[in-house]
Amino acid sequence: MQTRGEVETRLKEFDIEKYTTSVRRRDAIFEIVGLIATFLVMLFLFVISVDLLIDGWVRIKDGSFYTSYPSRFPEEAGILSSWVGTVYVMAGAIFWAVVLGIPAGIYLEEYGGKGKIARIIEANISNLAAVPSIVYGLLALGVFVYRFKFGESILTAGLTLGLLMLPVVVVSTRESIRRIPRSIREAAYALGATRWETLFHHILPYSLGGIFTGLIIAASRAIGETAPLITIGALTFIAFLPPAPWEDFWGMLLSPFTVLPIQMYNWVSRPQEAFHTNAAAAGFILLVIALLMNSIAFYLRYKVRRKYQW
Amino acid sequence: MTLSLGAKKAIDVALFLFLMLMGAVSVFVTFAIVWVLVVDTVRFFTHPEGGGFPISLIRFFTETQWTPTFYNKQIGIWPLVNGTFLIAFISMLVAVPLGILVAVYLSEYASWKVRETVKPWLDFLEAVPTVVYGYFALLFVTPILQKVLEPFGIPVEGMNALSPGIVIGVMILPYTASMIEDAFKGVPQYLREASYSLGASKLRTALLVVLPAAKSGVLSAYLLGFSRAIGETMVVAVAAGMYPQITANPLEPIQTITGYIVQVALGDLPFNSFEYLSIFAAGFMLFIITLILNSIAVYLKSKAVGY
Repeated sequence: MQTRGEVETRLKEFDIEKYTTSVRRRDAIFEIVGLIATFLVMLFLFVISVDLLIDGWVRIKDGSFYTSYPSRFPEEAGILSSWVGTVYVMAGAIFWAVVLGIPAGIYLEEYGGKGKIARIIEANISNLAAVPSIVYGLLALGVFVYRFKFGESILTAGLTLGLLMLPVVVVSTRESIRRIPRSIREAAYALGATRWETLFHHILPYSLGGIFTGLIIAASRAIGETAPLITIGALTFIAFLPPAPWEDFWGMLLSPFTVLPIQMYNWVSRPQEAFHTNAAAAGFILLVIALLMNSIAFYLRYKVRRKYQW
Repeated sequence: MTLSLGAKKAIDVALFLFLMLMGAVSVFVTFAIVWVLVVDTVRFFTHPEGGGFPISLIRFFTETQWTPTFYNKQIGIWPLVNGTFLIAFISMLVAVPLGILVAVYLSEYASWKVRETVKPWLDFLEAVPTVVYGYFALLFVTPILQKVLEPFGIPVEGMNALSPGIVIGVMILPYTASMIEDAFKGVPQYLREASYSLGASKLRTALLVVLPAAKSGVLSAYLLGFSRAIGETMVVAVAAGMYPQITANPLEPIQTITGYIVQVALGDLPFNSFEYLSIFAAGFMLFIITLILNSIAVYLKSKAVGY
C-alpha cells in the first residue's frame, strides 16, 4: 500500500503532456505498422504478377503459344488444348452451379424459413464450403469416374467444379434475395400473385445482379482449381481437341481433357528451365483471367447497389 | 397470360418440390463424400497387401514410414501427418501476426476510403490460382531463402517445407483477416466509445477492449485458416517435395497428405489396387482433421457473445 504522501508526490511528478504525446506516438506507430502490413500483402500480389510477367514474357507475346499443342520441345509447346479444355470444363461447372445452386438458395431463403429441413441443409452447406477441394476430387474419382463410369472426362470435371462452386453460389443467392424488402412480396401477394409469379416477376429479376456477382466470383476461383482435377485423373499431355459440341455433344462430354492450371503444374514440375518459362506464361494468363472476372464482379456489385436502393 | 387457379396452384406445388430437391442435393453431396471415403478406406484396410484387418489398421498408426507405392510396403500415416502439420504451423507463424495487424488496421484505423480500395484487392488475392502460388514458392521464394541462409552455412534444399509454408501463410491471410475484421465489426460501437470517453487511445481500445470482446470470432478465424492450410494442395505439391518423413526441420523436403494424393493420382492406377485405395485412406484422415477443426471453429463462432 502506498501512503497518501507517496501518491501525492507521484501525481506531482506525473507529466500529463509527456504521457499523452507518448500515447499518441504509439498510436501513430501502430497505424503505420498496420498500413505497412496491409501494403505488404498487396505488394505480394504485385510481386507475383511482375515475376510471372518477366519470366514468361517471351511466350506471352508469342502468338503460336496460344495455337499449338503441348510438346516435348519447350519452344514449340503451347496451351491450345488446355485453354479449350478450360472453356469446356468451366461451361459445365457454371451449368451445374446454376442448376443446383440458385434453386437451393431460393429454397432456403424463400421457402425454408426456420424449418428443420432448411436448417439441416444450411449447416450442410457451410460445412461443404470448408471441405478441402482435393476431397471433392476423391469424391469425383470414387463416384463419377469409377462407379458412374463417366471416365476422366469433361463431364466429370464440370460436375466436380460445379459442386465446388455450389456453396458460394447458394450463399450469394440467399444474400441478394434477402436484400429485397418484405413489402415487395406483400404488394405482389396483395394483388393476387401466387408464389411463383412473385418469384419470377419480382424477386428473381431484382436479385439477378447479385446472383451473377456471386456466380462470377465462384467461377473465378474454380477456374484456377487444379487439385480436384488432377485427382480425377485429368491427363497432362493432350495433343487433340475434344469434338465440337454441335457435332458430337456426347463425344465432347466424354472426351479426355486438360486445363490451364494442370498444364502449368506439368510445366513447373519439369526440371528444364525452358518449361518454367512456359509455366510462367500460363500462370500470367490465369492471373489475368482471374483479375478480369473479379473486376466484372466488382463492377456488377457496384451497379446493383446503385440500381436498387430500397 | 391467364391460367386457371388450379393450374397456378399446381405450378406452385411443383416449383416448391423442385426447389426443395435442388436444396437437398448439397446433403447428397455430403453423404456421397463420407460414403466414398468410408467405403474405400475400409477396402484399403481389408486389402491383403496391407495385411488385412486389423493388422493393417495397427500398422497404419504404429509404423513410421509411408511407402504404399514401393515393393516393400510400409503404411504408417505419421510422416504425412507430420509434413501436413509442419507446413500448416509455418503458415500460421506468418498468418497469425499479420492477420491481426491487417484486421485491426482495416477495422479500427483505416478511413472508409482506404478500406474500400483495399478490400477488392484482398478479394482478388483469394482468386489467385494456387498453382501460381506454387510456382512462386518454388522459383521465387526458395531461391531467395537459399541466397539468404546459405552464407550462414545453413543448407536449404530445392524442395523444402519453409518456402511453401510462408507462401501458404500469405495465401490464407486475406481470408483470415477478413473474418477477423467481421468479428471486430460485431463488437458494438458503444464499447469503443466507453473506452474512448475514459481517455483510452485507439491502440488501447483496439487491443484491450475490441480484441477481447471479439476473442472467439478471432480464434475461429484462425482455426478456419489453419484448416485451409492443412487442405492446401498445389503449393505443397509443387514446392515441398515428395519425401514423406518425420522431421521438424523445415529446410528438408517433406510430403503432405494432399501432396501424396496428387503424386499417386498423376500415375495411372487400377481401381482395386492397394496404391489407389491408399489415397482414400489418406484423404479420409485429411477429411477428419479438417472436419474437427471446422467444427471447433463453428462452435466457437456460435459461442461469440451477442451484445
